[in-house]
Amino acid sequence: MKNRTAMFMTHTLLIVFGIIWIYPFIWMISSSFKTNSTFLTSGINPLPENIHWDNYIRAWEVANFSGYFLNSVIITLSTVLIVITLSCLTGYALGRVKFPGRKVIITVVVALMFIPSGYTIIPLYELMKMLGLSDSLLGVILAESSGAHILFILLFAAFFSRVPQEVEDSAAIDGAGFFRTFAKIVLPTAKPVIATAAIMQFIWTWSSFLVPLVLTLNSPELRTLAVGMLSFVGRYQTDWTGMAAGASISLVPVILIFIVMQRYFIEGISGSVK
Amino acid sequence: MAKKIKSSNGISKYNRNKYIWAYIFILPQIIVFFGFSLYPIVMSYVYSFYDWSGIGPLTNFVGLKNYTRILTESSFWNAFGNTFVYTAGFTVVSISIALILALVLNNPNLKGRGIYRTVYFLPVVTTMAIIGIVMQNIFGTQGFFNEFLKAIGLIDQSISWLSNPVLAMILLIIIGSWKEIGITMIYWLTGLQMIPREVYEAAKIDGAGSWQTLRYITLPLLKPIGATILLLTVVSSMRVFDLVKTLTEGGPYFATETLELYIYRFAFAPDGPSQVGFASAAGVILGLTVFIISLILGWVVYKVSGQKRKPLGGGIK
Repeated sequence: MKNRTAMFMTHTLLIVFGIIWIYPFIWMISSSFKTNSTFLTSGINPLPENIHWDNYIRAWEVANFSGYFLNSVIITLSTVLIVITLSCLTGYALGRVKFPGRKVIITVVVALMFIPSGYTIIPLYELMKMLGLSDSLLGVILAESSGAHILFILLFAAFFSRVPQEVEDSAAIDGAGFFRTFAKIVLPTAKPVIATAAIMQFIWTWSSFLVPLVLTLNSPELRTLAVGMLSFVGRYQTDWTGMAAGASISLVPVILIFIVMQRYFIEGISGSVK
Repeated sequence: MAKKIKSSNGISKYNRNKYIWAYIFILPQIIVFFGFSLYPIVMSYVYSFYDWSGIGPLTNFVGLKNYTRILTESSFWNAFGNTFVYTAGFTVVSISIALILALVLNNPNLKGRGIYRTVYFLPVVTTMAIIGIVMQNIFGTQGFFNEFLKAIGLIDQSISWLSNPVLAMILLIIIGSWKEIGITMIYWLTGLQMIPREVYEAAKIDGAGSWQTLRYITLPLLKPIGATILLLTVVSSMRVFDLVKTLTEGGPYFATETLELYIYRFAFAPDGPSQVGFASAAGVILGLTVFIISLILGWVVYKVSGQKRKPLGGGIK
């Protein structure tokens, strides 16, 4: 009996606290359907009188969230593709082949990771200027793909090192070379690791702020959602419901993707502390 | 299998072919790492020795002048102090609340744990810069929070949360923690799941109550992972930027300006011409500070874990 009361109390607290926890999102979405005048007069009532899509249309067309959205999608998907390809290939080489110099490479990269870094965004910006990429999405994509992605490399290496040697041997007997064994036989089994790395990188890049902020300082048309939002509130200071709509455009897709793919994401996070 | 066909130089053709492929596989990552990671790190030091506005060639070498100037700037020490206040507040709030949540959600008899975990994790996946703007609205003078407090009769007059230096810093810490607690909670849950079931069963047989189990079994066993969590939390919060930039912009009157924001201000949004050299020097000082703190906390991790935990890279040995 005592246990059931305790359990009931736990659930009550978790639910009440949980609603408060995600209330900012509820507030954001509900405000995005209000008009600016009802927004001010409706007080704390979260329910809009009726659904107004005007805010979304205004944000999408007038405030160029359509452009920001497209930029965010292109930058995020390209970065995910590049990062996954690089770390998957590296993980396969490190996890499956005991090539000469392997230990040295691991040691050097891990050691370099620990070098204290200064304000690296300035040299990154200068580098993109030198490469002639400072006013292009490609520059932002390359900057977002930088880094050594140690966590993903470790995930891939650990996974590939567990693939039984017989799989590789029988592929070799069938005449498959190194690359075909990797691409046709081993890689398809790595889907869960790819999903974990992809969803983590997706959320990180989608949320990235400083890199696109600095790299698009002179080219507003290349802004991502996060950066575009800042310029939106700078320009339309009193358009609160437009702000809520813009914020929803940016947050709702990533929240939905997370809810569908959360198993992989949480596994990745928990893998990073093990 | 591979050793069967040895060639004259001792390495089989099969293996040599494999090695070449392995080098080809790691080459792209190495190029990206050296070009886009290592080069910026090196240059972030180089720039700090120049008086440079960011335009034109690096010509005006000034040695340590940027550094000596920084150390006498009160605005720098203000930002330095704010960074530590934020880090301390963030660390205490997020680690403790995340631990409580993890302990509650680790109970296998609790129904709907997965849903609760999703709910409390949700802020993690959202964009910090957007959150800052949404929260600026919610905590504005005419914002939702004031309206709510008035509606339940807690206050009569609106409070300007973001114009008060102390309240603004507290708000930054609370919102920053709220946003990241989900990650810390998963870290703690990972730690809790690494404790073998038998330990609890043994405690139960010995007649330990749930509080005693927590106090004398669970918490001591969580110490090693706790030290790692402390390291990760402190290091990640010292470079806070997105939230401060969008929620307070360092205001009111620089009361919440952290080092990353201070550096950004001198590099990209200066009152006069850009001072990239000066900003770079401040960046180096921040980097070195984070480095020293991670060395100290890394030593704590090493001591607490009794040198048993796998070092980084253990996964591919």
